[in-house]
Amino acid sequence: MKHLLIIAASIFFATQASAITKVNGAGASFPYPIYSKWFSEYKKVKTDVQFNYQAIGSGGGIRQLIKQTVDFGASDAPMKEKDMKKAAWPVLHVPTVMGAVSIAFNLDGVKALKFDGPTLAKVFMGEITKWNDPAIVALNNGAKLPNKDILVVRRSDGSGTTSIFSDYLSTVSPSFEKNIGRGKALKWPGVTVGAKGNDGVTGVIKQTKGAIGYVELAYAIKNDLPTAELKNKNGKYVAPSIKGVSASAAKLKDDVYNGDLRISIVDQEGDDVYPISAFTYILLPQTKETTQLKEVKSFLNWALTKGQAMAGDLHYAPLPIKLSEILLKKIK
Amino acid sequence: MEQALNQKSVNNSPAPEGPDSLHLGIPFKLQDKINVWVLRTLAFAIITMLATLVVLLFKQSGEAVKEFGLWNFISTDNWNPVEDEFGGLSFLYGTAVSSILALAIAAPVSVAIALFLNEMLPAWLGKFLGLFVEMIAAIPSIVFGLWGIYYLAPFVKETLTPLLKSTLGFLPLFQGPSFGIGMLTASLILAIMIVPTITSICREVFKTIPGHQKEAALALGATRFEMIKLAILSPSFSGIMGGVVLGFGRALGETMAVAMVIGNSTSISSSLLAPASTMASVIANEYAEADSDLHVAALCLVGIFLFVITLIINFAARSIVWHFNRKHAR
Repeated sequence: MKHLLIIAASIFFATQASAITKVNGAGASFPYPIYSKWFSEYKKVKTDVQFNYQAIGSGGGIRQLIKQTVDFGASDAPMKEKDMKKAAWPVLHVPTVMGAVSIAFNLDGVKALKFDGPTLAKVFMGEITKWNDPAIVALNNGAKLPNKDILVVRRSDGSGTTSIFSDYLSTVSPSFEKNIGRGKALKWPGVTVGAKGNDGVTGVIKQTKGAIGYVELAYAIKNDLPTAELKNKNGKYVAPSIKGVSASAAKLKDDVYNGDLRISIVDQEGDDVYPISAFTYILLPQTKETTQLKEVKSFLNWALTKGQAMAGDLHYAPLPIKLSEILLKKIK
Repeated sequence: MEQALNQKSVNNSPAPEGPDSLHLGIPFKLQDKINVWVLRTLAFAIITMLATLVVLLFKQSGEAVKEFGLWNFISTDNWNPVEDEFGGLSFLYGTAVSSILALAIAAPVSVAIALFLNEMLPAWLGKFLGLFVEMIAAIPSIVFGLWGIYYLAPFVKETLTPLLKSTLGFLPLFQGPSFGIGMLTASLILAIMIVPTITSICREVFKTIPGHQKEAALALGATRFEMIKLAILSPSFSGIMGGVVLGFGRALGETMAVAMVIGNSTSISSSLLAPASTMASVIANEYAEADSDLHVAALCLVGIFLFVITLIINFAARSIVWHFNRKHAR
């Protein structure tokens, strides 16, 4: 019995000696698949650090970071000035990967559709209600579209996806900006149907003929939904793809890269740019170096270099290499 | 003093079976006292938790009350997170209509199921089938939600809506296009979810009726239907009401399944086919990503109203039961 106790005690102290550093983070659910993949791969490289990430939503992540209950936060939309002031220290926004929002639809016999920003905004504001509206037909070279009601499906829960999508529509349509505006939760016109989560929106679109909605690119690809090509700033129609998303950040100027990265990258210039793209951020408190903070930084060093190669498989777009290099310098 | 005496008598008596004897080294009287205090603490903890919850909700929602005022908040339906303007009328309306409709569907069905299982079927078969009804309660609400999106919504859109429109289409309740997702679908899901609650309580209530009462009714020449009406349903009224209230409580608070099929629109429509939203569904939908303080406060205020409405309904139901019992006693 005594021996057992001694063994138990020595095991206890042995594990205490080589204690694992635990790092806690919370925030956006949109990048959760790639983050959890990163954390598990990173664990193989560095065995003495354990990352706990809770995908409680961007808003929750920001609140927890301000209350200092987590070591880092994560958010799809950059923090607002008001929230930045609430934090005890400046917060560095580090883009990790890029995502896109695709326009998915379900229309009998129609596999491809083209849209431009203002027309899309009119559909989501309930001003265009029929599929064979002249504005849509004109964009699709006179294609035969059915005389059917358009059912607009949107997110019912507050989400980064909605924030990116409304940012795009507000950028290309002043009337959308004035009547609805930008945000994670919006006041949609009454004719729309709200579904919960990307899977909810996907489900309703799949079930309903005549539906159109916005989902993350990954969901459209995984569920084989037809997606619309969008007219970008250069007048080209581009289907949503990882390449088109990466292109959105590729042409940004150096001073933008070096500056505050809390920027919107929807509707960028470039022939192969897909216009509804955005960064997702890890929020790093800029305070005196703790063990946890050091580990987050060394993880980011890994994620921005080796980790980027894993993004494509999970339908996220990797950052332009030049941006990663600048970020690496900033983190140090 | 008394304790000291006890202690002494315990020490003096070697027999362990005596009235003042020991168990686990604690005198019986002390055991009673400990018991009372433990139970008291537990009971008090529940009340404290409830009180803390209410206090915290009030504290959290203070900002919204200050900004909009209580009456203004429940009498407007403008819910615009972008502009930080909040009014909760559409959620109150959605919760009330979906729950009442669900109850209107579920209550008669549940009572009928309970009667069928208890009175019509042989006892062993009733028990066996009753298990299945109760198993509905064990299905997680997210599963109901998914089933609602993939099976019930297309059924409502393609089968139920044309039927309703061709028969009752003149009513304002069935105007406008149906997308399968909306108030009607949510109410149907709720109805299915509360059937097991009401059914199992009704079955228990019907079981308490003595067999000789039923026999007496039959002996007086009552048909089976009259026997059920006179000997079973009438005396069980307050019990049935109890079950119905419990079901109503579940319908009011049900969140996930409803949020998935109701369409979450913040505008009020008289049509049951249109999308709507409930108090519980808006909290579930928007709380996690609410980033302005006023938005969080408005959601907490919605939570308070949900709480208050649940209280009012419980009191109302209790008073119906009391009233009925008193009338019956006379």
